[in-house]
Amino acid sequence: MRHFYGTTLANPLMLGTAKYPSPAILADAFKRSGASVATVSLRRESGIDLAGQDFWQMVRQLGVHILPNTAGCHTVKEAVTTAHMAREMFDTPWIKLEVIGEEDTLQPDVFGLVEAARILSKEGFQVFPYTTEDLIVADRLLNAGCEVLMPWGAPIGSGLGLNNTFGLRTLRAHFPDTPLVVDAGIGLPSHACAAMELGYDAVLLNTAVAKAGDPAAMAQAFANAISAGKAAAQANPIEKRDMAVPSTPVIGKAFLS
Amino acid sequence: MTKVTIIGAGVVGLCVATELAERDTDITVIDRGFSPGSRNCSWWAGGMLAPWCEGESAEEPVVRLGQKAMNWWENNTGQVQRKGSLVVALGRDQTELARFGRRTSNFKEVDSEEISKLEPDLAERFSKGLLFAEEGHLAPRLALQTLKARLVQKGVSFIQEEVLSLHERSFETVNELTIDCRGLAAQDSLPDLRGVKGEMLILSSPDVCLSRPVRLLHPRIPLYIVPRGDGIFMLGATMIETNDRQRITARSMLELLSAAYAINPAFGEAEIVEIGVDARPAFPDNLPRIARRGNFIHVNGLFRHGFLLAPAMARMVAEMIFENKKPELMDENHAEWRG
Repeated sequence: MRHFYGTTLANPLMLGTAKYPSPAILADAFKRSGASVATVSLRRESGIDLAGQDFWQMVRQLGVHILPNTAGCHTVKEAVTTAHMAREMFDTPWIKLEVIGEEDTLQPDVFGLVEAARILSKEGFQVFPYTTEDLIVADRLLNAGCEVLMPWGAPIGSGLGLNNTFGLRTLRAHFPDTPLVVDAGIGLPSHACAAMELGYDAVLLNTAVAKAGDPAAMAQAFANAISAGKAAAQANPIEKRDMAVPSTPVIGKAFLS
Repeated sequence: MTKVTIIGAGVVGLCVATELAERDTDITVIDRGFSPGSRNCSWWAGGMLAPWCEGESAEEPVVRLGQKAMNWWENNTGQVQRKGSLVVALGRDQTELARFGRRTSNFKEVDSEEISKLEPDLAERFSKGLLFAEEGHLAPRLALQTLKARLVQKGVSFIQEEVLSLHERSFETVNELTIDCRGLAAQDSLPDLRGVKGEMLILSSPDVCLSRPVRLLHPRIPLYIVPRGDGIFMLGATMIETNDRQRITARSMLELLSAAYAINPAFGEAEIVEIGVDARPAFPDNLPRIARRGNFIHVNGLFRHGFLLAPAMARMVAEMIFENKKPELMDENHAEWRG
């Protein structure tokens, strides 16, 4: 079984902690989803010091693994500094590394990402890089020291689902031993289910739950979908074929002509 | 006559004092600053009385109790502008408008032509909007000053003094009530209270004329502009999970100003009159609470709904004291509740 830097997750859902109507609803969503990892954003939420302790205290009380991220960082230096802050604040070597390349699509700057991943891995961080589904970038990230890959499904918060299932499937096929997480772009439980059916190890989402009319109920729906997708992947699904199962007899016809 | 000491002269303290002053009471209000003033979080409020709009993200009690606010403020200050509020989104964010409509009630959809009739300075800029005609707004500082002036007239005394800790000071006198309305400063007594940072700007822009609050929806940076009259606008407000209330960040300033610029480029010429930063007091469910501990009553956690909910909370406090009525928003520790 693939693990995340030595940690096996009880549940393949990683849930973000931003944009909920209230911390009480956030806690409820975590409870209903059974998520095993909470991602937390430093830069946007806590300002320059550790003043935001009350909110973090509540997140800690969820009793799940904390995965701090470098959301909102646009440069290698910024991301590395934020990672240092995160390690100090949450006392974990885990870091979800985001280096944003473009403000409108929040697309990862994969060049900066590889560089930052190399620096942080050398410093002992366990890096979860937010990347695209590009195979070569994935390879460079692994060379830089990453042992987990987190390709996007679609741009952050867009809810578009898996934009390039071919690319995601290729990634799975090329890196059979690396834990893979679809991070970003998930809008519906069916998207999360599809990611799990592709054989991914986990799904990371935030907006789809936090901004739903009833976040806790949506969290539960995601939990169900993820568990269905995971079971399907383990049950060895049939392959797709171009050819239909024939409805008329083919025996006696010159089908090889 | 019931002797009452109210600590904190922000919007909650003054509303509670106003409600209690109508009963048989002898009231003293203590505040650490020259109040109402910049050390009260409500000094930096938007002053929107918009219960239906708030329903987009707030829970049901906010929408219901908030509907009483407009008449209360009208009766006690005479300063409410009843012009509704207008919600708009830029072209690519139209889905945000549809979603906002699904999550709220008591509005009508308006098209480009209707928007330009309502707000000529927004003509041609937005093809669609939502008009919440029954909502209103007020100028928060003026409203607070008016409440205080009326209270002084009624014989309420105001003392400027910093209450550092409730326990160091002996308020515990028989037949004397102490009502703690300190906002975030009450964290020493209410451990699950947290701060949610808000940043706002006051702009002077004589070139722009708006007659009602305008909310601009955006997936990342929602913003509102409240006209204060005479070319003055309040632009707000960020919501950041931190107690920090020191300074505005460059990013927040950029986001607020770009959103204003998107509403009307004439805001590019505006002068920045004031920058406001403070932290709203909130409980984990972002709903306010009344807590009673013997002769102590805490009223807190009004979050971003100070002007909207303070009247209803003040009424609940008065009914609890004089009619022994259990408040709807009581904290979970009912041990001290007599009813």
